[in-house]
Amino acid sequence: MNPHPSSNGSAEGVRRSLSKIRQYATFRVADMFMGIELAHVQELMRHQEMAPVPLAPSAVEGLINLRGQIVTALDMRRIFSLPPLKSSDAPPMNIVIRSDGGPVSLLVDEIRDVLEVQGEDWRALPENLPAARRALLQGIYPLEFDLLLVIDTERVLALGAD
Amino acid sequence: MEFAEEIREFLIESNENLQTLDQQMVELEQNPSDEHLIASVFRAIHTIKGTSGFFGFQTLGSITHIAESILGQVRDRARPLTPTLVSLILETVDAVRQILERIESCNEEGENSYQELRERLTAAYKEPAGEPAGEPAAATAPEPARIQGQALEASPMSERQAVSGAGKIPLPEAASSSPNGRRPERDTDPGQDRCEQSSGQQVSPSPTEEPQSDSLLHRPGQDWAGIGAAPVPNDGHQHASQERRELLGGRRATDATEGSTIRVDVKLLDKLMNLVGELVLARNQILQGSQQPNATSTTAQRLNLITSELQEGVMLTRMQPIGVVWNIFPRVVRDLAAEMGKDIRIQMEGTATELDKTIIEAIKDPLTHMVRNCCDHGIESPEVRVAKGKSPQGTILLRAYHEGGQVNIEVQDDGAGIDPGKIKSKAVQKGLITDSQAAMMQESEALRLIFLPGFSTAERVSNISGRGVGMDVVKTNIEKISGTVDIAQRSNAGTTFKIKIPLTLAIIPGLIVSIQDHQSRATAAPALRFVIPQANLVELVRLEGAAGRQQIERVHGAEVYRRRGRLLPLISLRQVLGVARSGQALQTHGSVESPDDQGSVINIVVVQAEETTFGLVVDHVNDTQEIVVKALGRQLKSLGCYLGATIMGDGKIALILDVTGLAHLAHVVTNEQQIQAVDGELAAKTLDRAQMLLLFRCKGFARLVLPLSLVARLEEIPVARTESAGGARVLAYRDTIMPLVRLDCLLDAGAADPSRPEDNLQVIVFQDGGRYIGLIVEEILDIISDNVTIKSPGTAFGLLGSGVVNGKVTDFVDLDALLRRAAGTRTDPVPTVSRSPHRILLAYPRRIVRGNLRSYLEIRGHQVIEAATWAEAAKALEQETMEVIFTALDLGDRSGADLLAHVRRLRSLESVKVAVLLGEDQTPGSATADSPGFDQYLQFSDRGAILSYLETLPTGRTAHAPANLAREHKEWAA
Repeated sequence: MNPHPSSNGSAEGVRRSLSKIRQYATFRVADMFMGIELAHVQELMRHQEMAPVPLAPSAVEGLINLRGQIVTALDMRRIFSLPPLKSSDAPPMNIVIRSDGGPVSLLVDEIRDVLEVQGEDWRALPENLPAARRALLQGIYPLEFDLLLVIDTERVLALGAD
Repeated sequence: MEFAEEIREFLIESNENLQTLDQQMVELEQNPSDEHLIASVFRAIHTIKGTSGFFGFQTLGSITHIAESILGQVRDRARPLTPTLVSLILETVDAVRQILERIESCNEEGENSYQELRERLTAAYKEPAGEPAGEPAAATAPEPARIQGQALEASPMSERQAVSGAGKIPLPEAASSSPNGRRPERDTDPGQDRCEQSSGQQVSPSPTEEPQSDSLLHRPGQDWAGIGAAPVPNDGHQHASQERRELLGGRRATDATEGSTIRVDVKLLDKLMNLVGELVLARNQILQGSQQPNATSTTAQRLNLITSELQEGVMLTRMQPIGVVWNIFPRVVRDLAAEMGKDIRIQMEGTATELDKTIIEAIKDPLTHMVRNCCDHGIESPEVRVAKGKSPQGTILLRAYHEGGQVNIEVQDDGAGIDPGKIKSKAVQKGLITDSQAAMMQESEALRLIFLPGFSTAERVSNISGRGVGMDVVKTNIEKISGTVDIAQRSNAGTTFKIKIPLTLAIIPGLIVSIQDHQSRATAAPALRFVIPQANLVELVRLEGAAGRQQIERVHGAEVYRRRGRLLPLISLRQVLGVARSGQALQTHGSVESPDDQGSVINIVVVQAEETTFGLVVDHVNDTQEIVVKALGRQLKSLGCYLGATIMGDGKIALILDVTGLAHLAHVVTNEQQIQAVDGELAAKTLDRAQMLLLFRCKGFARLVLPLSLVARLEEIPVARTESAGGARVLAYRDTIMPLVRLDCLLDAGAADPSRPEDNLQVIVFQDGGRYIGLIVEEILDIISDNVTIKSPGTAFGLLGSGVVNGKVTDFVDLDALLRRAAGTRTDPVPTVSRSPHRILLAYPRRIVRGNLRSYLEIRGHQVIEAATWAEAAKALEQETMEVIFTALDLGDRSGADLLAHVRRLRSLESVKVAVLLGEDQTPGSATADSPGFDQYLQFSDRGAILSYLETLPTGRTAHAPANLAREHKEWAA
């Protein structure tokens, strides 16, 4: 089975099931396969140079100059209490998402495709997930090849904010 | 509503008219014969009247109509303009303003028909003789239509409208119930009125507005018939209530009065458009011309030019003269003065000084508060003023001027000033400071206490100022826009508030500093750069080598630097921000002293935040730049140590430091109080053993020094600016004439004056009281802090002697002798070194006298400790062993006699001699009679006599150790 349902299916079909199909920008952080609703995403970027912010909340990795706009970068590994990237690993990439307080960038290990999933595939989070992690996730889509964890953008962005 | 746009324009225009109207009326009162003013006031009212008629605003139309008629009489010289009349017209202006506000917020005039005001206006109109309106207005019902015909030649359109509008004025059946002596709408002061009203609009729209709108709906024909917009549409009501919802949310919908619009010169707009065009061209060049490498730099230069001009231009569009805010003050002052029975004149200088619009709005309230304070607390009543020998009319002076990229605003009054003693005792009473702090406090510090939160209290509340809004709020508001406020006063000659604010908030000048970050996760950033806003900057200090490091001392674990005799708390930026130095863990609490790998240089950026001044230790000080302030995301807003961020020329990001936040973060604010306490002790203990010395040279003398404490300023003055008066070189300096004397000519009477007109003169300025004198030297070499190790008294005129400073022999200048010769008076012979050196406490309020005498005595082997006040002297006595005390009769906080009594009370000090130093106008005879008991009475200027007196005293340590004394002091106190 093709893991990228977006690449097939006629325009007709998409229109018919629009209400049910949801689009997610997917990415990987450590061994977790995660997604964020495409409507929230402003742009995707390679690794950018970052200015560190002393005393900032631990989730904040630094500031990025995004075409003259200053964007706070949040480290997803630290948010999900995962071990930091090794220096030999490829540098993290940026998913810039829109928020009320201006754009915010999420640092992820690797950016994957945009996936379309059926709304009815939505599953609640399993009970045995650690509470800290549960709080940042909305739900799960079991896909053919992996589990897609949908993150709760609001909660993640609220980390560090008062 | 179909006229929405027109009404909006009408509101904007009318509000502009009203702003000038207040001021013009007050001017007119002082200068009633100015026809231009009358015409201008008349025109403003007339315009409002005409347009309101057009829109069918009846109340507005009828009020302005009568006011206009009265003004017409004035214009035609049918009646004089009495103060009563001016008040009445001003009241009308207030009413108009209220109605306009109401129209703006709910599109209708409101139910207040200002019946009573109209009656008084009509009554006033009918008494052209100008007597105060004493008879009841009810007897003569207004007949506006006739008034119209008599007094006006209005345009047919507005005339018709006014007539139809005026015809509907309900006749005042109930008018007899409101005698004209009463002023119901104005029994509180106008500012309060306005304030309450606008806040009422913004926060809680009164429920009475609802029924109004309803009634409007139910009786559509009545109010709006005049303009034919018969059915007030339902959506009009919805619109109004939606607006009200928006008001509830804290936002004003149509904001004509609050200035959501701005008028810009079309020429300026054209220029901006041109610049944008050039910008587009430059962009095209960059896009196309990337093949030609040498073209890039030219384009970059052009781009640079265009951007700076564009920046300037856009800023100009936001600039407004400060007069916009000041215009309300003549009226405010006039009303307040009348209310309090004072006679106050307001003077303005620099009304055209321009400021960013947001800043103009932000300073409006603080300025109003200050002006009110001046009227209320500052300026005395005419009787008191006459008794003090002042003119019965008080003056408030507003001044604004640009200085160094900032705008200075001064609010000055010539009133009684503030009593520092009272302020202190009140602050102690409120628990804001302790007794000992109060005793140590200098006058200027005491004055600043009024800015402390919690200082302003109910006790001070009067109708005029102090409605719970203290000076602390003024200060906070000014600091919000990165400004500072300070207070100064001349005794009994008034108070001056000085505000410094930046021109704009979006682009600010700042100092770029950096710290090395070796553990940064960001690999490409070896140094962390930060911006310190120029507004917080005081000075930069660079300490080099081991000698520099020694200047950093520890007090209660906090590091301090002795800066001109005061302890400056130091904060390491690295430590506060928890940035690790190489090989060290995060959050170390080591010393701020720089490690060896930093080349042992310590860079201290002295910054000021609120009341505290402290030193920020950084690794590198780069340069100053104009930076664009950008906001931080919400994750970082709550940190408190950053104001924002900026993008540097290389595209990297630098954080802008919030100095106030840093101070709190590092607990300087609390620390400082401890340090200040210790500061006192330390200062008394060591009392400037190491003096700050100014090192300079003049012809024939390669190294000369003076204590820096004697120097008022160092100036570089072009010869061309100096003038000749009475055969001597002088300079107009700060409102006085300062004589300039060449030091080499003084030291060697035959020396010629070689200066050519194109030269710059290096001048050391000394100040004594209000007098200045400038000493011309060849070159200022350095300012150093040193212990003078060897001293040998000199015999040459003008030199106290020589000592070793920084390892080199240096001559000490005898400033006193020089100044005397410069003034043409005699000089005393120079005696040799004392055979019996003493430890002397020199308590004298005038610094220049103290400093001169100290140098003079020290060069002869005596040890001198200075004190400016009684408190300092008492502190020094606790800390140090003394043999002789010289005191002035008046020590500022207490008298010399108090000091004598204090010394005589303590057994351990019984052997200490206390001599009094008298001023030029005091004689030993009268002083002995007034304050008996001193061991000796000497003139401070008679140095020979002082020296001979010391020679008569026996040598040897007879006094007790300070520790015993302290204990004894406690016992005595208990």
